[in-house]
Amino acid sequence: MSRRGWLALGVTALAALAAVPLVVRRDDVLNFLFLVLLSVALAQSWNVVAGYAGQINLGHAAFFGLGALVTRTLWIAEWPVLAGAALGALAATAFALLVGAVAFRLRGAYFAIGTLALGEILRITVGNVLPEVSTLPTATIGAYRLADRYYFALALAAVAVGVVAALERSRAGLGMQAVREDEEAAEASGVGTLRLKLLALVLSTALAGLAGGLFAYYHISYYPAHPFGPHWTFDALLITFIGGVGTVHGPVLGAIFYVFLKEYLAIRWVDFHLLIFGALFITIVLLLPGGLVEAAARLRTLARRAC
Amino acid sequence: MILVQQLVLGLLVGGLYGLAAAGLSLVFGVLKVLNVAHGELIMLGGYGAFWLWVLLGFDPLLALPLVVAGALAFGVLLYWGLFAFVVRAHEETRIKNSLLIGFGLALATHALAVRLWTADERSITTTYAGAVLSLGPIAIPLVRLASLVLAFALIGALHLLLQRWRWGRAIRATAEDWEAAALTGIDVRRAYLLAFAIGTGLAGAAGTLVSVGYSISPSIGLEWTLKALIVVVLAGLGSMLGTFVGGLVLGLAEAASAFAFGGPYREVVGLVIFLAVLVARPRGLFAR
Repeated sequence: MSRRGWLALGVTALAALAAVPLVVRRDDVLNFLFLVLLSVALAQSWNVVAGYAGQINLGHAAFFGLGALVTRTLWIAEWPVLAGAALGALAATAFALLVGAVAFRLRGAYFAIGTLALGEILRITVGNVLPEVSTLPTATIGAYRLADRYYFALALAAVAVGVVAALERSRAGLGMQAVREDEEAAEASGVGTLRLKLLALVLSTALAGLAGGLFAYYHISYYPAHPFGPHWTFDALLITFIGGVGTVHGPVLGAIFYVFLKEYLAIRWVDFHLLIFGALFITIVLLLPGGLVEAAARLRTLARRAC
Repeated sequence: MILVQQLVLGLLVGGLYGLAAAGLSLVFGVLKVLNVAHGELIMLGGYGAFWLWVLLGFDPLLALPLVVAGALAFGVLLYWGLFAFVVRAHEETRIKNSLLIGFGLALATHALAVRLWTADERSITTTYAGAVLSLGPIAIPLVRLASLVLAFALIGALHLLLQRWRWGRAIRATAEDWEAAALTGIDVRRAYLLAFAIGTGLAGAAGTLVSVGYSISPSIGLEWTLKALIVVVLAGLGSMLGTFVGGLVLGLAEAASAFAFGGPYREVVGLVIFLAVLVARPRGLFAR
């Protein structure tokens, strides 16, 4: 498809999704779409730093959780929720730079270890310091409207997809892909690798922080440590890999596929879905590293040969 | 006195950090594979010892060699089933894929353990579990002291194995430069397999000791992976005894920070150590 075709598709999808709450009155449909949109945003945020810049972030939940924590705290203190989410994203980015600025100077697995450490340490520490469940005040629950959460999610998912689409063609995005493919070669041909890796990290964690803010805005009650849990990181990894890591539309396809399958599995095999997803993920990484996008491309080639 | 007591306990748990890290360090150094499911292997080892004790009444000291043997066999299967495919890729892809696969493996193992054994915390409480060695006002739990001694003995044995045993030297040669090792006639794949199995065996031993002196639950995996990673970052690769000392240092640092800032913040010291080492040794911690 041409660039214009993609743009038309995106705008149509956005308009259709924006009309859904006006037409559909069923909460279960809105909740389902909300989960898909949140998954799109979370997966795209991981995709920026890992899919494009090639830096494996194993503690993505830390940034999601920080966004949730800051947004929730400020929102309950009667700040506007968007201001809270903005500050949440800022907090997430600040922590990311703390690890990234140090770990990115070296090649190898340091960034993965650093983010894994950050995620676990924040999860345990938040669980220790804030062990009580966080519940919204009664007045806020009374004024709760699902459509507001839905539009926040739609806007965030659109921004996330837009950021990745812009990266795909931009000079910075091409530089990131060069870093991903061969960091030494990129460095040698004059690409500012450290600067680009940090840029990818800032974009990625700002989006993750906003997604965390959305989580805090959506849920009536949860344990503050919950959004720091490693399964959020795993969601982002899995969705991105199912769809196609390092592509614009892959994580969107992955999110739809994932949320459908997860809801289905959750009904059939309550405890087994993580086991199945774990096995699916390992299989994809080893055998089909391009995900659904690669599978579709292979099928197209086969079909063309057959004709 | 509270500080001294804390430091003693920190030192005791530090021995287990060292043991947990030794397996991870061996596998990473030799296969260039970073198995972030190492903590889950520890967790499985802990359950192995726990069930041997509950169902068959095996004392943990007796269970230890059995769990290690089981873990060695499990390591062989895990290598053939999964990591043999990972080591085929060249080095950078290898690390990335192992991180991704390890992470998926960790979550799946965690889910499986919750399903099989529930999320409850468990520990082996033998008749001698409460025994304490009192040195004036300082109390030393005997079981934990024994764990430290056993951890040290195991690391020492591993050190000797790598120095003296024919395949131990082959493993070290492979770690240093696998191409050169292959040229001298070493079966590199066999060295990979052995190193991975030994690493898993060490995880099994660490799990047994954790289930005796401390407690296990399906969710401890990632925490132990993290401790092991921080020790590896701190101690570098190549020396098992260095890794053991690194574990002790982490245990002491955690205890000191818990004393200074309060228990809830004891984990933060790990991140500080990680960042500090990177700043202080910018050539890279995995340098020999």
